[in-house]
Amino acid sequence: MVATAVEHSAILTTGRHHAAAAQDPSLFAEVPVDWSGRVDLRALQDALAVPGTVLAAVQCANGEIGTRQPLERAHELCGTHGVPLLVDAMACLGRDPAPEHFDVMAGDARSWGGPGGLGVLVVPARTRWRRPGPVSEVEHGRTDVEPMIALALAAAEAWRATQADRADQSARSSALLRRLRAAADHLPDVEVVGDPDNALAHVLTFSLLYVDGEALVTELDRRGFAVGTGSACTSSTLEPSHVLAATGVLTHGNVRLTLPLDPVAPALADGVSRFIAELPEAVAAVRAHLGAGDL
Amino acid sequence: MRPSSEPEARIEVDARGLRCPLPVIRLAETAKGKPPGTWVVVLADDPAARYDIPAWCRMRHHELAEMTELPSRPPSGETSNVPTSPVTGGLEAEGGDRGYVRFLVMLRA
Repeated sequence: MVATAVEHSAILTTGRHHAAAAQDPSLFAEVPVDWSGRVDLRALQDALAVPGTVLAAVQCANGEIGTRQPLERAHELCGTHGVPLLVDAMACLGRDPAPEHFDVMAGDARSWGGPGGLGVLVVPARTRWRRPGPVSEVEHGRTDVEPMIALALAAAEAWRATQADRADQSARSSALLRRLRAAADHLPDVEVVGDPDNALAHVLTFSLLYVDGEALVTELDRRGFAVGTGSACTSSTLEPSHVLAATGVLTHGNVRLTLPLDPVAPALADGVSRFIAELPEAVAAVRAHLGAGDL
Repeated sequence: MRPSSEPEARIEVDARGLRCPLPVIRLAETAKGKPPGTWVVVLADDPAARYDIPAWCRMRHHELAEMTELPSRPPSGETSNVPTSPVTGGLEAEGGDRGYVRFLVMLRA
């Protein structure tokens, strides 16, 4: 199996476990990415060319840093080597146009404002596919449990609503993200992560020198903002985010912003303005606490 | 005293047992006011340091000359740096025997 180094940990840990269990590291190849998080296509091609490769996993875009992957080119390379391409579309469904270049696509209804607990596996007619294990008659052999109709209907309704407004939503989100990116760029000693020109319009990540990521998350929380962090040294992990590590950016003092969909956060623009106004003060406070204000 | 441009004249920052962002802050404190050409050796066992010290060098335009992974038990001759502080002891108890990384940095302007 082949996967980019910035795939979701659900894919990476499964692949590593598989290789470790068989005591053969060559069973799972992790393909490096560049500074922006974009997969190295030459390295991907080399990995695909290894005899015995049966699957490649490339996400549509990264949910932590927003960078989109060159799916069309990746799918071409996979086709050349006869390796099916699994696209994890969790970060982009409901935000970007649905990916077209894949053999199997996985998604989560929460991505487009649907209910939790419903995963989606898109298997085009051109893809040969069989469910592992015994085949039942449910859903033409594609599952062994009766689908939860209410969940599926709710997800479909959310999809319909999201698609109807997607272009406008995307434009609004882009405008807010541009303001946030400019504000982040103005902070002293900052690395804004990811590719500014080819990234999701609702995700922004930046790292601040001499800042404790968890302290900043707490400080922003105190001010009413819920943000994420890929920094280590939080209460939950000593390792920084594998995505930040793979891109080689600063991993401490990391802040991850995800703009919710409009129906979830109708007053988003006001919140963004308040965030931009308060961010420099919050950063200065956390830096001063570590005695790093003048380094 | 040797001129600071000689690699032998190194300032050592032992940041073992410190967690991010403290190793980078200790390095920055040490680097402050030092002339270009000064060599600094940093020892760190925090997993984030292997990304953050190179990032600091890039952001501050210093040169990372070497980065070496070392086992937690240093070769003889470096025994004075064996991490024995209570802080490190706690880290080892939690994270196991992880070793540490030695960074050699040359300060520029």
